[in-house]
Amino acid sequence: MSRFIPWIALLALVLLPGVLTPYTSDLVVKIMVLAVFALSLELLVGMTGLVSLGHAAFFGLGAYVAVLASPESDPANLPVLLLKSVGVAALYALFVGALSLRTKGVYFIMVTLAFAQMAYFVFHDTKLGGGTDGIYLNVRPVLGPLDAGHKLHFYYLALAALAGTYGLLALLRRSRFGHALAGIRVNEQRMRAAGFATYFYKLAAFVIAGALAGLAGFLLAVKDGFVNPELLSWHESGAVLLMLILGGIGHLRGAVIGALAFVLLKELYATPAFVGSFLADHWQLTLGFTIIAFVALLPKGLIQLGARKAK
Amino acid sequence: MTALLSCEGLTRRFGGLTAVNDVSLQFPVGEVHAVIGTNGAGKSTLINMLSGEMPASGGRILLQGQDITAWPQPRRARAGVGRSYQRTTIFPEFSVFENCRLCAQAAHARPWALWESAAACAVTGRIARDALAAAGLADAAERSAGSLSHGGKRQLEIAMCLATEPKVLLLDEPLAGMGAEETDRMLQVLQGLKAGHAILLVEHDMDAVFRIAERITVMVNGEVIASDAPEAIRRNPQVQVAYLGEGH
Repeated sequence: MSRFIPWIALLALVLLPGVLTPYTSDLVVKIMVLAVFALSLELLVGMTGLVSLGHAAFFGLGAYVAVLASPESDPANLPVLLLKSVGVAALYALFVGALSLRTKGVYFIMVTLAFAQMAYFVFHDTKLGGGTDGIYLNVRPVLGPLDAGHKLHFYYLALAALAGTYGLLALLRRSRFGHALAGIRVNEQRMRAAGFATYFYKLAAFVIAGALAGLAGFLLAVKDGFVNPELLSWHESGAVLLMLILGGIGHLRGAVIGALAFVLLKELYATPAFVGSFLADHWQLTLGFTIIAFVALLPKGLIQLGARKAK
Repeated sequence: MTALLSCEGLTRRFGGLTAVNDVSLQFPVGEVHAVIGTNGAGKSTLINMLSGEMPASGGRILLQGQDITAWPQPRRARAGVGRSYQRTTIFPEFSVFENCRLCAQAAHARPWALWESAAACAVTGRIARDALAAAGLADAAERSAGSLSHGGKRQLEIAMCLATEPKVLLLDEPLAGMGAEETDRMLQVLQGLKAGHAILLVEHDMDAVFRIAERITVMVNGEVIASDAPEAIRRNPQVQVAYLGEGH
């Protein structure tokens, strides 16, 4: 039964636009985009055992490329622009991964953080992407009749990206590559003794994760039509890590559930109509306490709720 | 007989301390070559250098006549140098079968074939089952590796090493902590492996060593003081003083 849940969720998401208001539709799209981002980090944290605190660099880079590589007043070609975003994010991941994967544990966390901050300050302190103000995407990319600026078209574009990412990672997980990553997570020394060049496995995982984060960044830039340096900041890297922790590390659906919970909680706590204007101004405080409560009560994440029922 | 694996003048220094000094040994197929010595004699360091886990400070390592001294561990493993660990290093959360299948996968990796299911992989599955049978673990294949007894985990160590289809087995204290019955079973397994492999056995259980080894090397403070057939080692006065004690 449980294996059908992703398919049921997909079907629901395909049918959902028929009943959504513009506000809720926007919220669902946001969740789908961030779910792609969370899934990309799950490949590193959950499947390979690499905790990165600089994953937003690839997300933000993908977003910036989507804007910077678009013509001023004409629509860009959608697949070409997407490939540019994903490609640049993957290249930066190759560079960061090649260096940072020579370290382990806390050092790896610090090195990934340092490289992400480096990218952050490039956009923050230079005029390349409009500095701290960010930069607007004037015309959304198109492909024939498919217009990413059209709300419904974009909804299905984001859904296709989410389904594709989920499907790719599900395949990867059951493949020999995925099993090797799991082995590296549990006992890297033994994997080397068996004959695996573990460094290259980890590098491949890091580049794929960076490319998928770039895809999520691309989607966010096209959705919002605006990017700013905060997309690359360590807050964003922390937020996506929190999504995984909320949902449950080690499960693909945990990443999706975590993105859903994170966006909904943030929406709830930042809306004055729900919590009053004082708390809405300090939504980080209530969100923080909620996450602490979640982690204390459900240390394995929200996915634990379903697992408990299944037993 | 040319040795499958050999080392010449192998040396390892840690700062001012020389853990292994100018060791030259040969490991031909069909022979269990035991290396004995007190704690700190340099036995594990020797295994770590031969397997590639630790670089040598000097000397050469030859596999089938080829100089592999500079090769990283994974490359040596794929070329046929398998090892087991003194402290059990298995994948406790995987099944016993998957522990072996994963090790077999190193030589049949195809990491790009994302559409192929690892669990359904016929080649690695067959190798894993053969390795489990050879190590006497065929009945435990579906159990979780972490749930095995201590002796079972030691057997799994050997099975995982075999699943990489090695030519050389570097076994670091495979009998550590085993009872008499488990030791007998393990010695039977090793006896069966002799024919196709060159085996280096580091072991503290002297009875077991003298039962199974064709050749014994005695190390003291990083140096080889004797390397000979078991009877000769037993009679060697230098060895008796340095290691075996008065009783032998």
